[in-house]
Amino acid sequence: MTLAGIAESDRLRLAPGVMLRHDRLRGQWMLMGPERLLVLDDMALAVIRAATGPEAGDVAQAIDRLAAEYDAPRDEISADVLELLTDLRNKGYLTA
Amino acid sequence: MSCALPAFAAMAANAPAPPFAVLMELTHRCPLRCPYCSNPTALDPASAELDTATWMRVLDEAADVGALQVHFSGGEPCVRKDLEELVAHATDIGLYSNLITSAVLLDAERLKRLKAAGLQHVQISLQDSEAEGADRVGGYRGGHARKLDTARLVVAEGLALTINAVLHRHNIGRVNEVIDLALDLGAGRIEIANVQYYGWALENRAALMPSRDQLLAMDAAVRARLPELAGRIVVDYVVPDYYARRPKSCMGGWARRFMNVTPRGRVLPCHAAETIPGMEFETVFDRSLSEIWTDGTAFTRYRGTAWMPQPCRSCDHKEEDWGGCRCQALALAGDADAADPVCELSSAHEAVAALRDRDAAALGTEWRYRGL
Repeated sequence: MTLAGIAESDRLRLAPGVMLRHDRLRGQWMLMGPERLLVLDDMALAVIRAATGPEAGDVAQAIDRLAAEYDAPRDEISADVLELLTDLRNKGYLTA
Repeated sequence: MSCALPAFAAMAANAPAPPFAVLMELTHRCPLRCPYCSNPTALDPASAELDTATWMRVLDEAADVGALQVHFSGGEPCVRKDLEELVAHATDIGLYSNLITSAVLLDAERLKRLKAAGLQHVQISLQDSEAEGADRVGGYRGGHARKLDTARLVVAEGLALTINAVLHRHNIGRVNEVIDLALDLGAGRIEIANVQYYGWALENRAALMPSRDQLLAMDAAVRARLPELAGRIVVDYVVPDYYARRPKSCMGGWARRFMNVTPRGRVLPCHAAETIPGMEFETVFDRSLSEIWTDGTAFTRYRGTAWMPQPCRSCDHKEEDWGGCRCQALALAGDADAADPVCELSSAHEAVAALRDRDAAALGTEWRYRGL
């Protein structure tokens, strides 16, 4: 049984052993995880910040906030956000 | 699957990009005696191990050189009574701590202390999906059951758990059971690691090498399950070198992502590098990790592509696999400067296939346990 992609009703958090970190030496934001890391671009960083954390709520609320913050049409960004979050979940950085 | 670690851009002209992680082999002591142990066949005795103050300094130097993670490894790192102290120091200076362990010495109290010290991730090796085979390979009765108990404690503490499952002739048919076990334990990640033949494993190759049929069945089983596993567990799957057509990008390229410090403080580009004759290795008493990383002769010898002979030099893949593994080139082609003979473009590739087939057919060969 294949797991479905992330849905707007999901509530996400960083997986165990995963932390968001800024590395001053390299001047980059990254997700640090077990024996691995992922360097983040500005968009990925914004999405992760919006979708995780104690006050993030569900993914739908995160998309609302991103749409407002970037003055972008909600239905244009939602597919991209869900795809990015699904990819991060499948790579073990996020958990529902 | 490819390695998820990026190679960082160099910070200044002429300076190599900083390493991602430093592997600290705190000790070679270990209660297990696995015949494929990745430690060298000449083990450092306890009396030669670096003391706590020196490891603390090495951690500082790891942060200074720009490493982001530290892997506390061994041997069995839990035999060191100062493990908590070292993890706490790593946390204080902003390093992410991984513990690579057999887990048989790790109890609930110690795990709590390690978590309090800032440990993030525990990687536990399994020798099989079932106790009888696992305890026989590890040479430690009751070890498998203890590992499973500890793995559950790791998850209950909210730490990340990786299961490292080492496959060979005697357990490769149970790869599905191993994956099921990792899921049941709540691991976030599994390394399906076919034995790599260096050190003890090289010596025991005829007792461990799977047959082609075994390999193909395992490969099909793993690939069939990958879609179902996506999002539930991260799978790092290493195809066995001797059955591959292209070499692995060993260590993500020589001196590109990792440094390794041995129990006595020698600083290596990879944990098997000491097998290469004529290499000069500095120790943590000679120079700092930054200096050794930048221009230590062992580090610069195979860094990048300038050292490459043919067929690597004109190969389109030279910045993907970086010529493969130097230690394997030495072990199989008799020359650490040669292309990794696992590559089908190597003139020694046929000889590797012949060795593999000979050893795979040597059924009934007894292994020699790792020992001092």
